[in-house]
Amino acid sequence: MNMFDALQFVLFIGLLTLLTPPLGKFMARVFQGERTWLHQPLGWLERLTYLAGGVDEKRDMGWKEYALALLCFNLIGLVVLIVLQMIQGGLPANPQAFPGVSWHLAFNTAASFVGNTNWQSYAGETTMSYLTQMLGLAFQNFVSAAVGIAVAVALIRGIVRKSAQGIGNFWVDLTRSTIYVLLPIAFVLALVFVSQGVVQNFSPYLEALTLEGAKQILPFGPAASQVSIKFLGTNGGGFFNANSAHPFENPTALVNLLQMLAIFIIPAALTYTFGVMANAKKHGWLIYGVMMALFVSLTCASLYSEYSYNPIVGQGSVMEGKEARFGIFNSILFSTVTTSASCGGVNAMHSSLSPLSGGIAMFNMMLGEIIFGGVGAGLYGMLLFVLLTIFLAGLMVGRTPEYLGKKIEGREMMMVILAILAPCATILLGTAFSSVLPAGLSSLANKGPHGFSEILYAFTSAAANNGSAFAGLNANTPYYNVMLGLAILFGRFLIIVPILAVAGSLANKKISPASSGTFEVDTPLFAALLIGVILIVGALTFLPALSLGPIVEHVLMLNGRTF
Amino acid sequence: MKHLLSSIRITFFLMLVLGVAYPILVTFIAQVVFPKQANGSLIYEDGRLRGSELIAQNFEKPEYFWPRPSAVSFNPLPSGGTNLGPIAQDLQKAVKERGEKLRAAHPGAGEPPQDLLFASSSGLDPQESVSAIRYQASRVAAARNLSGETLEKLISEHIEHRQLGVLGEEVVNVLALNRALDKMKPVLQSPTQEPAAQDQIQPNHPSDSSGK
Repeated sequence: MNMFDALQFVLFIGLLTLLTPPLGKFMARVFQGERTWLHQPLGWLERLTYLAGGVDEKRDMGWKEYALALLCFNLIGLVVLIVLQMIQGGLPANPQAFPGVSWHLAFNTAASFVGNTNWQSYAGETTMSYLTQMLGLAFQNFVSAAVGIAVAVALIRGIVRKSAQGIGNFWVDLTRSTIYVLLPIAFVLALVFVSQGVVQNFSPYLEALTLEGAKQILPFGPAASQVSIKFLGTNGGGFFNANSAHPFENPTALVNLLQMLAIFIIPAALTYTFGVMANAKKHGWLIYGVMMALFVSLTCASLYSEYSYNPIVGQGSVMEGKEARFGIFNSILFSTVTTSASCGGVNAMHSSLSPLSGGIAMFNMMLGEIIFGGVGAGLYGMLLFVLLTIFLAGLMVGRTPEYLGKKIEGREMMMVILAILAPCATILLGTAFSSVLPAGLSSLANKGPHGFSEILYAFTSAAANNGSAFAGLNANTPYYNVMLGLAILFGRFLIIVPILAVAGSLANKKISPASSGTFEVDTPLFAALLIGVILIVGALTFLPALSLGPIVEHVLMLNGRTF
Repeated sequence: MKHLLSSIRITFFLMLVLGVAYPILVTFIAQVVFPKQANGSLIYEDGRLRGSELIAQNFEKPEYFWPRPSAVSFNPLPSGGTNLGPIAQDLQKAVKERGEKLRAAHPGAGEPPQDLLFASSSGLDPQESVSAIRYQASRVAAARNLSGETLEKLISEHIEHRQLGVLGEEVVNVLALNRALDKMKPVLQSPTQEPAAQDQIQPNHPSDSSGK
């Protein structure tokens, strides 16, 4: 660490905290149906979308109908994206004449982009046509993010409404988050990115003659428009294979800062939106504070590990898999931002991080992507843990737990536990099978514990809908494409459906007035309890697996063992 | 069924808005306002494409500064890193070999800096730390028959400082520096002329920062 590291860390946190209230307030207005300054220029697009979809925007949906509409929309998205990839060879905007992709890669990529994961088994610049990138991948970058926001907003409504049947209208939430939140910010960011050197064109690849007389083919494409939403929607799928390490995707330190801010800004602002809509601003800030506390401590631990001496290569801070313009600090900060939010875009190769830094990247995901987390997904994931904490606190004092006036009962807790356990089980079972099956082991690039980490990271990343990788693993095989594709879908929809059920069930309840026995949710005591529950659930579930991977690797490194 | 139909209709409508209209609008504005950047910051010489300012090229000759090691041999299709883990034997071996090669080529220059020992993330890292450049200076000066001061002046003119004074690291673009070196050759024969690379440089204050 030096002075510049500290300054940049403070700058990042400061900017994020400053931007949270205005964007949070804006989103609260949008989702409560109030008019904002963006309705003047963009209102026609919202109305046109309802018209095109033939939907009744006034209709209030119960949770089952909301979930059904959401699942239909994602099913269609999945099918369309699979077909688009498989027939891209015969479609326009394909100057490099890339052929259609295999069925298993098409399934994996479609599941991955529809599930807001953006795990990539392919290299963009040698696989996907410009049309597939724009019409298929960038489009899902927008709408998968909008789906996440919609679910979070529906849950907030469930908490706020009393004795109500409905939790909102899926089409309205989807359309409003796309048109008033994601599209305008992505548009502005894209232009800033271009000004710094991110490419944006439809040119075929060009051949250059280098100074020493060699041949070099330069790839292009409509990258900036996709890269901006890639971060804003916590998607993370790179236009190019090296993702945001590629100089055409992330050319300067300023772009790098904006990309990290874009990852966190909506998840952070949603805590404020929640505070406004639930009329519990202090509680909203408490959730923000808990996320920030976890983020800062895990980032510091990761930095400490990365700056420590590696006796294998005899260096104090290893630049393997890092770019000179970012250095150690910005590479590590990016790695913790991208893994604690469910983004998955990278500016350094996580596989080459020091053992414990790689382990922290995994642990961030294992906690359930709730440290800011994915757009929408971070907030509803964190609210699962809030409900669990309230329930445990209720058990301790022997009272029916209440949350913001709503009684939390068995039905909600069943759904909460299902949503917390589904991704955990997916990660551990997927890793366990792949560690013994020949089809799982033949893809490994590194030997020893790092090989195990490659598998553990892959399933963690998929089930947590992150998308980053220990990319030595050759994941473009039928086995991994199908397994990880399924893990992504489990990790996405086995949380969303229970969440909507909780929302529906809470909306139905009466508000019970707070009494002297009500456990307050805006006190430091509650924050400490919440952090405790998060860490205990994460640690109990994953410590054994982490011990076999990054932890033993760290010990072996200190002893100078190589594999 | 109703929702399935709405899904299809909304999907195709939003595909047109987000997947066609939006990228085309961004491309249009980008091509008008920032044509150079939008097209990859390309370098042309006498009508011939010589590369991109942002994409590293391989340099092995002694009269050039060498870039950071690349896992993809500087071929951008596709980009990427080695993905070797921190205790991989292959990493240990590669670092040892690179170190030996660098020490042999730079006698008396001391220990090679970090970024020359380790492969970059993209395989196309166009820059390296100031210390990595200074480490190679005496070799380049000898191969080009340049005085140390002339070369040091050129290097310090090419230092890219932290953006807004704080962001990122101090680096030098290797391709830009090597092009400036090539342009200096005629300058050395007729010393009255100003160096041609003057126009793209930042204020001249030699930095003694050696990175991390």
